Amino acid sequence: GRCYLYMKTIERAAFPRRLWERVLLSKNYEKALEEIDENLIYWPRFIRHKCKQRFTKITQYLIRIRKLTLKRQRKLVPLRRKIERREKRREEKALIAAQLDNAIEKELLERLKQDTYGDIYNFPIHAFDKALQQQDAESESESDAEKEEEDDEDTDKREFVEADDSDLSDFEDMDKLETSSEEEQEEEEEVEKKASYAKSKGKTPLKGPARRKQRYIQIEYEKETEPTTKTKAA
Amino acid sequence: AGGGSGPVGSAAEDGGPPAPERVLFPPTFSVSEIKNKQRRHFMFLRWKQQQRKEKLAARKKRRKEREALGDKAPPKAVPKTIENQRVYDETTVDPNDEEVAFDEATDEFAPYFNRQTVPKILITTSDRPRGRTVRFCEQLSTVIPNSHVYYRRGLALKRIIPQCIARDFTDLIVINEDRKIPNGLLLSHLPDGPTAHFRMSSVRLRKEIKRKGKEPTEHVPEVILNNFTTRLGHSIGRMFASLFPHDPQFIGRQVATFHNQRDYIFFRFHRYIFKSEKKVGIQELGPRFTLKLRSLQKGTFDSKFGEYEWIHKRREMDTSRRKFHL
Repeated sequence: GRCYLYMKTIERAAFPRRLWERVLLSKNYEKALEEIDENLIYWPRFIRHKCKQRFTKITQYLIRIRKLTLKRQRKLVPLRRKIERREKRREEKALIAAQLDNAIEKELLERLKQDTYGDIYNFPIHAFDKALQQQDAESESESDAEKEEEDDEDTDKREFVEADDSDLSDFEDMDKLETSSEEEQEEEEEVEKKASYAKSKGKTPLKGPARRKQRYIQIEYEKETEPTTKTKAA
Repeated sequence: AGGGSGPVGSAAEDGGPPAPERVLFPPTFSVSEIKNKQRRHFMFLRWKQQQRKEKLAARKKRRKEREALGDKAPPKAVPKTIENQRVYDETTVDPNDEEVAFDEATDEFAPYFNRQTVPKILITTSDRPRGRTVRFCEQLSTVIPNSHVYYRRGLALKRIIPQCIARDFTDLIVINEDRKIPNGLLLSHLPDGPTAHFRMSSVRLRKEIKRKGKEPTEHVPEVILNNFTTRLGHSIGRMFASLFPHDPQFIGRQVATFHNQRDYIFFRFHRYIFKSEKKVGIQELGPRFTLKLRSLQKGTFDSKFGEYEWIHKRREMDTSRRKFHL
């Protein structure tokens, strides 16, 4: 933009159309300052000074505008309230319909079934059940061998998994292992439980959950030791 | 009112067999014709109660019939959901489609899926990010392995992109911020790949999520992509998949999920543990956000001259509540 110098004098106050006198200033900054000086020659020093200050400010912000238009400009996109509200509502409903936790769990279990995790997790129980159903013969020996291995791996798993839940979950697994060959299982379970019972007696800080485990174990224990004690006595 | 609604009533009830011209119907009136608001409201409530009673009676009758029939009862009616009623999109991908498979073997993500490139991601923001956005960027960089956060101090994207390509970055994520919260995400696959612009909403940082988990570890997480059915959804899904390295480390037990539901993509980051072969426990860690696709552009970021593959046009695409594009 070009800058003009506007001057008014009291003599022209009666003629508003001709009140302001306009002078185009040159593009060169110094020359323009000289022109201002020339035009305002008999005006008080203070007014001249202020005029030149104002001119400096104007030129500087014009320079800045030109620089900024070359750079990236932020585009403001207006939000429409109705649409925002609608989107928000739909998002909430979609979230509820999605049932994310269930979906994720299902997907993970699918992947487990399809063996993408390989040998890390060893719960092949249901896979073996299916194998049992498919192959009628030679089922019991296989499952026995595998279950012995599973017990070993359950003890390994206790290290692999953190926190107290692991022990309880192992016992849940133990309960679910009663598909076939229960006698051997019972013996192994009792061995396991005796070991853990001894362990939990040692652990003093975990009194609360350990006690709960003890009670749980005790109930099971009473049921199962009776036949063995009887057989031992006999 | 009676005389006015006489012909109306006859026209409404002139159902099956062609009625003779001179028919006598009892003068009915609809509730909406009463001028007095209080009375109209009262009559409407009464009508509503009656409808509800009828519905309840019908339901009871149906239940009795089902019990009476026992095994021979017809199967329960499936309730209509928006997903059931979704308008069929002709671009839905059939898993056995050869054309789609061929397209995917030759598009920009093929080198990733053929394991020729390792993803390397640059995360940045718009100018002058505020605290929330900065923290979100940091958390996002912990979630996505092999990602780097750089602050943009007024640099133009078009100048950043050649530099990124020179330094071997495969993806660029720009998080746009408005009023101190992140609200937009621009995902650009770098060596000349598509650029997707999303609107991001409901961002929750790690400390705002109610969970008792630790920080995500450095293991490569698994990726779950749910419900990306159409061609567009497929390409977006592949874009997301190409952010993560191909071989997840199962020791880490972390999973990043992108779940698409009604055109909203929910991102979650969990740690899972298999309690048994039928039960898995998941614990949420890491940020969560939802995305809604706004536009998909063919080349790298170029808003003026780029070729847009898909733009969300509100007037055309938001007309039906049962039509979704992803």
